[in-house]
Amino acid sequence: MKADVKTSQPIVDKQITGADLLVELLTDMKVDTIFGYPGGAVLPIYDALYRGEQTFEHILTRHEQGAIFAAEGYARVTGKPGVVIATSGPGATNLITGITDAMMDSLPLVIFTGQVGSHVIGTDAFQESDVLGITTPITKYNYQVENIADLPRIVHEAFHIATTGRPGPVVVDVPKDIAEAIPDVNRDINFELPGYQPTTKPNPLQIIRLAEALGKAKRPVVLAGAGVLFSDATAELKQFVEKYELPVVNTLLGLGSFPGSNPLALGMGGMHGSYTANMAIYDSDLLINIGARFDDRLTGNLQHFAPMAKVAHIDIDPAEIGKNVPTEIPVVADAKKALEALLTHEISMPDHGSWKETIRENQETYPLWNNQSDEAIAPQWLIKKIHEHTNGDAIVTTDVGQHQMWAAQYYTLDKPNNWVTSGGLGSMGFGFPSAIGAQFGRPDDLVVSISGDGGFQMNMQELMLLKQFNLPVKVIILNNSALGMVRQWQETFYDERYSESLFDVNPDFVKMAESYGIRGMKVEKEADVEAALQDILSYDGPVLADFRIIKKEKVYPMIAPGKGIHQMVGVTK
Amino acid sequence: MKRIITLTVQNHSGVLNRVTGMLQRRQFNIESISVGETETPGISKMTLVVEVNDHQKVEQLTKQLNKQIDVIKVSDITDKAIVARELALIKVASSAQLSNEIQGLITPFRASVIDISKDSITIQVTGKPDKTDALIALLKPYGIKELAKTGVTAFLRGHQPQPAQVADMNRFTV
Repeated sequence: MKADVKTSQPIVDKQITGADLLVELLTDMKVDTIFGYPGGAVLPIYDALYRGEQTFEHILTRHEQGAIFAAEGYARVTGKPGVVIATSGPGATNLITGITDAMMDSLPLVIFTGQVGSHVIGTDAFQESDVLGITTPITKYNYQVENIADLPRIVHEAFHIATTGRPGPVVVDVPKDIAEAIPDVNRDINFELPGYQPTTKPNPLQIIRLAEALGKAKRPVVLAGAGVLFSDATAELKQFVEKYELPVVNTLLGLGSFPGSNPLALGMGGMHGSYTANMAIYDSDLLINIGARFDDRLTGNLQHFAPMAKVAHIDIDPAEIGKNVPTEIPVVADAKKALEALLTHEISMPDHGSWKETIRENQETYPLWNNQSDEAIAPQWLIKKIHEHTNGDAIVTTDVGQHQMWAAQYYTLDKPNNWVTSGGLGSMGFGFPSAIGAQFGRPDDLVVSISGDGGFQMNMQELMLLKQFNLPVKVIILNNSALGMVRQWQETFYDERYSESLFDVNPDFVKMAESYGIRGMKVEKEADVEAALQDILSYDGPVLADFRIIKKEKVYPMIAPGKGIHQMVGVTK
Repeated sequence: MKRIITLTVQNHSGVLNRVTGMLQRRQFNIESISVGETETPGISKMTLVVEVNDHQKVEQLTKQLNKQIDVIKVSDITDKAIVARELALIKVASSAQLSNEIQGLITPFRASVIDISKDSITIQVTGKPDKTDALIALLKPYGIKELAKTGVTAFLRGHQPQPAQVADMNRFTV
């Protein structure tokens, strides 16, 4: 593939370095925010940032993991690539969890890591690590810049690869001497990517087959994943499913791709999905997967997954089609283009009134439920209240565990790109820094970070950024003094042997917030919740609120490991 | 079942690691792999021999290989008319008396002796793996001191006959 892209910078007469060139290239790529942390091998790059007149802002986090999770939050809510800089060795290895997380959840990131000088690479030099070797299995692609002349092409290719096709993280490893080298004035950029040509247009024959299958379906269901969000296809999805009155199940990451309060929305499917959503998949005769990857947390035991259904799968990544679930109608395409193609067909469907009736009955008979207590706050009810007080309009970021599932179940999302969560990798510590990134990406929108007391403590050092940049992020901790999901599994599957999952001691989160110079509060009773939420949301600035929730509350319904999607427990009280 | 898969790749550093790393991570079993330059500068050819259980796995394998950015083309040529060769070097314990006997034995395989010492003889054989394996089995009783194989390298024949004829062709041609 050739692209005649030239940098917008005129040929300059002053002597610049590779690091200056990198800063110019980031400006060319229209980067507005980068998250990073300096160190020895990136000193030239940080010097260029100091001297440069770039238009983007560098955000200094307090840990590299905070930087990369922030970049993920930024990417998720803006659709733009998140950019990260870290130094060699420990700086780079601290990014690994975030890179893997972005790979699993298909988030576009471009990560620049410093590297020791070219002449000492391979000698186990101070702060050397094999970044290419370590990140090869967890990136969409990676580069080490071996020659300064390649830098413009590599940066352009890195952004191109990260943001096109199925998005993903790209690492660019920059040896220190490359950052110090004097670049050539010739900056033509010719892509060298003959092996990278993502298919975006659907095969018309497969679209016809899908239309024909829909024309015969009596119990159709649509499964909408994050692919719909990445391809900006929410309007087309709504038009398509409303045209044929198709019920829609969302994956965890697909939440928001279809309005959660739409009558056709069945909510989330999978391990903690709603009864109605899971049974709709189980009973369906046509399952149309749009931009989801049939993750095992969605499917449960594959033997029992949609056993009667003809499966159609629209995905931009051909390797996802047929990987876990045999697929009769494969559509390799961008979700938007596939839906547009489908919408050109006029399909006459058999009456599926009884199917809609079954679904409606399930919704009425088996709604989500929860316990209440006088001692502490019911977490599900709390999420509902947060939803109410924010009009369902906030950007919500979550960590991983029980609170994540409750947020997914109860914070009904009507708008796309407001939901930031770690799905595939399930990385604790993700929620709070990703809220910071989301707030930088969308400074005018309300950002609510919902975490547990466990996950929050994994990256709480980033509280400093709320103060430093006066970011009005509302930090909600659902505190049950435990690793709630671990505790729940130990209660259910390990005879209540709570091995290392109970936090007998926890920091005083209020004092901690105060020590960072931001407002903290503790809320222990349901009676105080409404007033507290009003206070938090009307306050002009960051707030950390420690909500004490019912300690033994469990996430239901649940598909136990190894069970089928129809074998839920905890469907009713 | 055994599949022969050829890859056209960009000759970037790390490309072999990308391919083998992916195969390992996704639990594919590599029987052999060979890499070398092609007629086009910057482009290399890899030949993989893999053992897979079913067609779904083969499909997943080729898709995952295609997804690699450095991989330009993936072909499963197992069921095509192909030429496939590997080279084996076999060092056999030998004495002056046995040497003649061994040389007689290897003649039908069109193998050659490329080194002789007081107590050993080194034989080079090229061909399809079943041919090299057959020679190795014949030499085993003499005592194989050392054995090295290149793994298979293969490509399509210049003429592709009807599929029905292909199986026969691949079976009988050496």
